[in-house]
Amino acid sequence: MTPLLEITGLDIRFATPDGEVHAVKNVSLSIGSGECVGVVGESGSGKSQLFLGAFGLLAANGRASGSVRFRSREILGTSQKQLNAIRGGAVTMIFQDPLTALTPHMTVGRQIMEALILHRHVTRAEATQRTQEMLEHVRIPEAARRMKQYPHELSGGMRQRVMIAIAAITGPDLLIADEPTTALDVTVQAQILEILKALRAEQNTAIALVSHDMGVIASIADRVAVMRRGEIVEAGEARQIFHAPQHDYTKMLLAAVPRLDRDSGPRSNHGETLLAVEDIHVAFPIKSGLFEKTRKLKAVDGVSFTLRQGETLGVVGESGSGKSTLARAVLKLLPAGSGRVVWMGRDLNDADRREIRALRGDMQIVFQDPLASLDPRMPVGRSIAEPLKSLRPELSRDAANTQVKAMMAQVGLDPSWINRYPHELSGGQNQRVGIARAMIVSPRLVVCDEAVSALDVSIQAEIVGLIGALQRNSGLSLLFISHDLAVVRRLCHRVMVLYLGRVVEMADADALYNDPRHPYTRALLSAVLTPDPDIERSRKRVLLSGDVPSPLDPRAQLRFLPSRLSGGPDYYRPKLLEVAQGHFVAEYDEAQDTRSTL
Amino acid sequence: MAGYTLRRLAGALPTLFIIITLTFFMMRLAPGGPFDSERRLPPEVEANIKAAYNLDKPLITQYGLYLKRLAHGDLGPSFKNKDFTVAQLIGTGLPVSLKLGLSAMSLALLIGSLLGSWAALRQNCWQDHAVMTLAMTGITIPTFVTAPLLSLVFGIYGVMVFGHEFTLPVAGWNGGALRNMILPVTVLALPQIAIVARLMRGSMIEVLRANYIRTARAKGLSAPHILFGHALRAAALPLVSYLGPATAGILTGSLIVEQIFGLPGIGRYFVLAALDRDYTMVLGVVVVYAALIILLNFIADILYAVLDPRVRLS
Repeated sequence: MTPLLEITGLDIRFATPDGEVHAVKNVSLSIGSGECVGVVGESGSGKSQLFLGAFGLLAANGRASGSVRFRSREILGTSQKQLNAIRGGAVTMIFQDPLTALTPHMTVGRQIMEALILHRHVTRAEATQRTQEMLEHVRIPEAARRMKQYPHELSGGMRQRVMIAIAAITGPDLLIADEPTTALDVTVQAQILEILKALRAEQNTAIALVSHDMGVIASIADRVAVMRRGEIVEAGEARQIFHAPQHDYTKMLLAAVPRLDRDSGPRSNHGETLLAVEDIHVAFPIKSGLFEKTRKLKAVDGVSFTLRQGETLGVVGESGSGKSTLARAVLKLLPAGSGRVVWMGRDLNDADRREIRALRGDMQIVFQDPLASLDPRMPVGRSIAEPLKSLRPELSRDAANTQVKAMMAQVGLDPSWINRYPHELSGGQNQRVGIARAMIVSPRLVVCDEAVSALDVSIQAEIVGLIGALQRNSGLSLLFISHDLAVVRRLCHRVMVLYLGRVVEMADADALYNDPRHPYTRALLSAVLTPDPDIERSRKRVLLSGDVPSPLDPRAQLRFLPSRLSGGPDYYRPKLLEVAQGHFVAEYDEAQDTRSTL
Repeated sequence: MAGYTLRRLAGALPTLFIIITLTFFMMRLAPGGPFDSERRLPPEVEANIKAAYNLDKPLITQYGLYLKRLAHGDLGPSFKNKDFTVAQLIGTGLPVSLKLGLSAMSLALLIGSLLGSWAALRQNCWQDHAVMTLAMTGITIPTFVTAPLLSLVFGIYGVMVFGHEFTLPVAGWNGGALRNMILPVTVLALPQIAIVARLMRGSMIEVLRANYIRTARAKGLSAPHILFGHALRAAALPLVSYLGPATAGILTGSLIVEQIFGLPGIGRYFVLAALDRDYTMVLGVVVVYAALIILLNFIADILYAVLDPRVRLS
């Protein structure tokens, strides 16, 4: 039987001012009817361009050559008109980042209908009807109302479900999903993958799944192709790739993925209490309508914790949980509404600005996006030296330079790069610059705010290793904020789980990962994917149904404690109970602990 | 929506008040007065005239009197054109300027955005370079050059259309007849066409690179469908912010074109009244101009909200 899609010897080149970039090199790949093929690779591997090129969607400076046959018909180099007859009908696509991938000024209903009307020649009324059914099918509640909304009015997970609806409504033979779950929260990712699996089972749609995430690939792909620098280095059955990889690069990729089932945390090594945070609150005023009252968005709503010398505390939560706001409030980068931050016995609420500035030398932060958080017009050496200038003004220029070079060597950067600019370095190297900048004043506390989230897995593993080594050598304390539970597992002694600005569970890492109590923690852990097709396909997930409620809704906190919902306008707030030594869990209803296993 | 409109209009009142106050006192700071250029009058007569116009009172009293009249909608008499009130002069000039300016702006918007979009679709091809070169020329050549040139070609030499020689009038309003409008509107629109085309090209190129355009292409939509359905509205946003002030500018700042083509618009009052120290006239024109700018910016904001649902009154 001839395959549905057969790509043979595909080359993709981009003409750039710096010369030609050969993005995809002689790639051959076939996808059978109803099959799911995963294409995995790190950034710049050409995995996305491969499918964009195959269906004539390259940027204007891109050229594809070779052969792409869809249902035995050559489509590379055919006219736009012939391509348009296939695209959106028989072959559809889901893109990463559904906010930018949907037209902002068109209702989602119209965007879904468009393809249906064009390719299946149905009437408007019928299209409306089928769009609504499709939205219900991808589990969007109140489909009729949602259809008339614009993309920005939907949550990230809902927008991606709209993308899937656009791709599925014409009943395609092949669905190309390009990083369909990247940048989504783990619980939402689990929902999206379930929907894709269901589509495949119901409509026998073949899926080409492009992802950098080995776990996502393992959960759904029958066959896998591993790409690096435009080439397929290894391809085969999923079980073979994951269990018996042949190529060194595949082995390296698999080894670099942090895994909940294999990794264990660092040994505990606690000293004195360095930082104590007591019942801290941060709220932002939100104006919704013109004459409506300003409401308060409680980003951090009564969080307490302590951090000891040499300890790493992981702060875990999904987007909107308040983890970054908490970090900024602790560092006094934004004013806390109420509560105390006690630093080495000193209450920082009483400290004036000068004292806090002096304390900045002891408290540093590493940000998520390494390129965006460095001044593009400043050589990296000067960025690293900046904290020295303000906190150790007595240092001479030469002495500062010596320190910068020593620091660069320590974080694995070539000291001769001192005059390079951020755009000349890779993402991983820039993050090393960010770490060096934080470490140069020998702080006692470093906050890592999603410091490894934007990096490729292999680079991520290196940076996590570097942070761990720096901590062991200097005995500093870390507040490690991340949405990635597996990375947190590798690095943290204790873990705190945040949900809508409140702690739902806090415990030693081993206790939290082996014996999670709160339903939200369980759902989070259950949503983490393991790069192993056998494990992924055999286990049942605890899925939270629906979206995270709005943090403006005073009842949101009671999602796991509905028995207290009758409390009236001053809603009850779940208390933290100590269920075992050092293991705190917010109150929840056992009945709510329903496992809506899908 | 009604609440929003009311609030915006209420917010405009302090702005208007500040503009009127500043203009009032700045005019008085300038040396000279409305009757200085006239034949030397006997001091008693001049004093009488000044008294008639309340110019003998302390400045602050005059200011109070002016505000009081303004509150009743009275812009006062013109000091220079003594048989007319300011309201009458503006009332005859403004419709001419409005018709002229709005026609020119509409023309510029239509042709400019078409040219700009076309250039964006053919980015870096010869069509793009041709449009951009033309646009640059349009911006650099001032209207006092294009106006006589076009008058010479179309008004004096004439052009052959279907075997008939065809000339356009080079001066006069003629009640706003189409034939009389063609040349001045074209001259006014040319630089605006150029600016709109450049703006449109830039934002269209940006929009065409957006992810949602790729999504639209992946749906199999045709190029015109993508352009008009998905790209145009987003690409028009920068134009909208430009259009408000630009339209106000073209309505009142078309002095040169109005002079060359002998049109009775409001533009000439703006300059002449300031030179003549025609206090009430200057203030009247400034009030009209300020109100126009406020109104046009308000319309631009509404258009913005219509084009982009994300900014809807939030």
